[in-house]
Amino acid sequence: MNITTATGHAPAARGAARPPAASVKGLTVTFGHTEVLHGVDLEIPDGRVVGLVGESGSGKSTLGKTLVGINKPSGGTVRIGTRDLSTVQGAERTAMRREVQYVPQDPYASLSPRRTIGQTLAEALDPHRADPRRHRERIAAALDQVRLEPKSMDKYPHQFSGGQRQRVAIARALILDPKLVIADEITSALDVSVQAEIIRLLQSVRGETDSAMLFISHNLAVVQQVCDDVVVMYRGSIVEAGPVERVYPNPQHGYTRKLLASVPGSPGFSLD
Amino acid sequence: MMPSPLTRRFWSPTMTAGVLILAALVLTALFAPPLLRADADTLTGDAALGPGPGHWLGTDDFGRDVLARALTATRLTLAMTAGAAGISVFAGTAIGLAIWLSTQRVREAALRLLETAVAYPSLIFALVIAAILEPSPTSAVLAIGISGIPSFARITANLASSVSHSDYVVTARLLGVSPLRIALRHMLPNMAEPLLILSATVFALALVEISALSFIGLGVQSPDYDFGRLLNDSLDSLYTQPLTTVGPSAMIVLTGLSIMLVGDAMAAHADPRGQRRRAVRKPERNQTVAAPAGDTALVRVENLRISLPGGPELVKGVSFGIEPGEVVALVGESGSGKSLTAMCVAGLPSDELDVRADTLRIGDMNLLARPNRSRLAQDVGIIYQDPGSTFNPSLRLGGQLTEVLRTHLKMGRRQARRRMAEALASVEITQPQQRLRQHPHELSGGMRQRAMIAASMATKPKLLIADEPTTALDVTVQAEVLRQFRRIHRHEGTAMLFISHDLAVVEELCDTVLVMRHGQIVERLTAAQLRQREVTHPYTRSLLAAIPALDLAPATVGAGTIFQEGTQ
Amino acid sequence: MTATIATEAKRAPGPRAGRRGPGLHPWVRFGLRRLGGLLLSFAVLTIVTFLIVPLIPGDPAAVAAGDGASAAQIDRMRQELGLEQPLLIQFVDYFRGIITLDLGTSFISGEEVSHVIFSRFPFTAQIALLAIVLVLVIAVPAGMGVAILTRGGRLPWLDHGFNVVTGFIYAVPQYVMGTLLVVVFAVTLGWFPAAGAATLDSLVLPTAGLMFGPACVIARVVRRETAVVLDKDYVRTARGWRLGAARTHLRYVLPNLITTTLTLSGLILAAQLGGAVVIETVFAWPGLGQGIVNAILQRDYPVIRGIILVLGLLATLIIILVDVVLAVLDPRNLGGGSHDA
Repeated sequence: MNITTATGHAPAARGAARPPAASVKGLTVTFGHTEVLHGVDLEIPDGRVVGLVGESGSGKSTLGKTLVGINKPSGGTVRIGTRDLSTVQGAERTAMRREVQYVPQDPYASLSPRRTIGQTLAEALDPHRADPRRHRERIAAALDQVRLEPKSMDKYPHQFSGGQRQRVAIARALILDPKLVIADEITSALDVSVQAEIIRLLQSVRGETDSAMLFISHNLAVVQQVCDDVVVMYRGSIVEAGPVERVYPNPQHGYTRKLLASVPGSPGFSLD
Repeated sequence: MMPSPLTRRFWSPTMTAGVLILAALVLTALFAPPLLRADADTLTGDAALGPGPGHWLGTDDFGRDVLARALTATRLTLAMTAGAAGISVFAGTAIGLAIWLSTQRVREAALRLLETAVAYPSLIFALVIAAILEPSPTSAVLAIGISGIPSFARITANLASSVSHSDYVVTARLLGVSPLRIALRHMLPNMAEPLLILSATVFALALVEISALSFIGLGVQSPDYDFGRLLNDSLDSLYTQPLTTVGPSAMIVLTGLSIMLVGDAMAAHADPRGQRRRAVRKPERNQTVAAPAGDTALVRVENLRISLPGGPELVKGVSFGIEPGEVVALVGESGSGKSLTAMCVAGLPSDELDVRADTLRIGDMNLLARPNRSRLAQDVGIIYQDPGSTFNPSLRLGGQLTEVLRTHLKMGRRQARRRMAEALASVEITQPQQRLRQHPHELSGGMRQRAMIAASMATKPKLLIADEPTTALDVTVQAEVLRQFRRIHRHEGTAMLFISHDLAVVEELCDTVLVMRHGQIVERLTAAQLRQREVTHPYTRSLLAAIPALDLAPATVGAGTIFQEGTQ
Repeated sequence: MTATIATEAKRAPGPRAGRRGPGLHPWVRFGLRRLGGLLLSFAVLTIVTFLIVPLIPGDPAAVAAGDGASAAQIDRMRQELGLEQPLLIQFVDYFRGIITLDLGTSFISGEEVSHVIFSRFPFTAQIALLAIVLVLVIAVPAGMGVAILTRGGRLPWLDHGFNVVTGFIYAVPQYVMGTLLVVVFAVTLGWFPAAGAATLDSLVLPTAGLMFGPACVIARVVRRETAVVLDKDYVRTARGWRLGAARTHLRYVLPNLITTTLTLSGLILAAQLGGAVVIETVFAWPGLGQGIVNAILQRDYPVIRGIILVLGLLATLIIILVDVVLAVLDPRNLGGGSHDA
């Protein structure tokens, strides 16, 4: 029996009556002969930060990549806003795709080594000409939003640390004011102190942008710091979902409980 | 901050030598014909002279100066080689990129075709074209140029494919950049270096093959001459004047060598691995060293210094001890030196590191010398970080896990496997007998790590060194593995050196915690002190503050969610 | 936010171990794929060798008949080559000839082309096979040895020396090497015959000329691959188990070298066929190489077509052989093989 939960309490004023940023229904993804996602239903409300947690094989990364367009669904529908992606073609489809932006895990591979930061950001704004000189103000604003100096736009990626590069990647995602940003394990490759910086950045940027975010992570503690809602996946299906304030203290599903109990330092954790 | 790739040394001796020779050859190609044409082409009566003052390499059967001919031939040879190499490189790159830009079906068909084409020696292409067109310099250039296209195209296509999978290209595609623009803007610039190196090889090969064609008579025809043609001519006077072969031979070898030097230098420049130099380590004489009276520690490290020769110090005077049965953690972020320290304690420092210490011992084994191999293998177990690459992919697990038992404990194969099956069962691996017959890739990461633990414990070691053993594992699997460590500690009393970046993990498992930063230990804590947050050093404080806390306190307001659940 | 909770964690069918796709046994698929490659190769070679004649610029019959041929001779040539017929018919005739092993007769000697090929083939095979065996026996251990001895920057003199010597020898093209060998060992020292295949020791110099270059290339390749493997984590694990040099290198290094080494060696060895063509010219060795060069210079088209066809098939067969060896050594290679470099 499949049951749909709803965020019970009245959500914040923002996102109340607006259509969801994105949603999937009955989404199935198959690689070769293996089904990786089994008919998943999920709605990401406008402007909310939703955490997607799970271990390897859970399908969380696949779900994120399908929303972005890297993977193709083998069944079910993907909607951006209210529009069904499969019913839209050509230029309109490209425009819809730009409403969902992606920040990958590895900060050392996500920026083209031979293009300046400015060129990389300009490419997001204008894929054809990608000339930073035409968009200096917007680029400077985007860099400022992630707490980087405007003069960074003339520098190359190798002149920046991993944490700084990740900020650039986030700036690139936000510069288009998309409906949804998919953050795919963006803190997993970073040292703990750098991770903390990014968490603080995300928390402060929240108030400055309307974009929703799907924050994919295996780290439950980080998700709690960053997200409003959390969705738990196991072996290609969603096993629990709800607001962070409800799920963490009161996990309902056995797997969620097991996950929480596995975090060293949590009350359920025991080595004996 | 990663150093710019361009700041590494470009003008290595190899590169300098290659470029100098190449420059000399180009100058020869430009200036030899006008200057030496007379000596090279005029038929004189001084036929078949040996080497002498007027003619350093003698003259040929028509009285022409051999050296002059060899030098004059440089222009035609280089021009033809450049032509052929140019055809291979440009057409190959264009085709390779076109393959990448086209649809899946076209791509697969084209790649299969290229596969077949690559298998043929290029000389076959050359023969075909020489058979169709009459042998001439043009047909030779076309033949060699075209024959080089399949392999260059294939490599370009493969390179393009791998570059196209990098995150920045994927992102550009998602942003809606057109495939052609992606190719020109992102892929070519990042493919330029390897393709350039490959072009050097293509040039060298073209040189050899074109002169080979001329040599067998299918390239340059008399009265024109290139190196190959000259060598063929010299065959006629092989018995009377073997020295006529020297001129053209030397020029061919010199040209080929200079190009290879340049190519090798570029490749070395692009590959950081080759730049390491070994540290000269003189192992001490005494295999064993006695602990001073009163020092009960199992492991004693005093003033450990690790550096890159001629470079920065990576570990700056680290000292600590591990008592028998104690679990000590080395905690730090990347660059703290914790892994380097652990590997030195394990006796496995990387070759390029300079390792010095006042004391570095396990038990009475002196790790600054060459301790007894068998003792070391039995007394010290090591668990590494990445279970995906720790095992030999070519051997089955049984053979690998039982190595120490068979080599050092001299157990027979069957007995060793039985013991290992029991060990696997004790770490809760199902179907142990079957696992022993499997290859490493058939097990999950968590299972591999537990198998590694079982193998390490099979000799009942005194010390277990674990280098970030759970970092690459899922959190539930991590909990399992940590439980294994706890169990081992309880039942066997094994001492442990546990490396981690995760203070929360070490808090649960360890007795003593050493915090490292920039190659030094900045704080020493007992587990109790850590738990009570009795930390003094600001770095430890900031590290603790950076860890996101998991707050499982019950929600204050009833969320009002009605939730029903089925079975699970 | 809404999400649907699946109450039964649907167990997706896991990938069947070792099987990909429906039905076929891996060795069968391997065999079929290689057979397909061979047939493709054969088809391409047939078409290409056929096209040699029609593609000749100008009048193929005139070119084939030679300079100074009379009009009557040219017409006769046209008849012989079947050039009046439509292209497709010409090809069918040609193809039929190949299938029935009737490759025509030489324009120059009147000998049957198949006879030419069969009589020349053993000579080429002798030096090529001998060279291949010697190359592998010398180069692989040498490359491995140098990599092991010089790992981590040890013995820098050996490292540089190896680079210089192999690089230098490799820079000398095979025909130059052959010529120099003749000059030094045949003409000057008189130890070996300079040409022809009369005596047993006439094998020595041609084989030497064939093998030096590839031996150096393969030694360098093996050295580089060994260095890569020595850096791998699993070699460090073996060192952690203190197994000693011999056991570590034999069980943990060597097996992981084989695939890449054989793959690259296969391509280089197939290229040996080209080397044989050149060496045979230097030593007047009566093999296929000398045959094809003479045929091209004399415009003996039936022989040209026949020998090119055979050389091409030989190259393909060498690659397939390498694939088989790779697959036998490690069944995981059944999927890809030497083509997936």
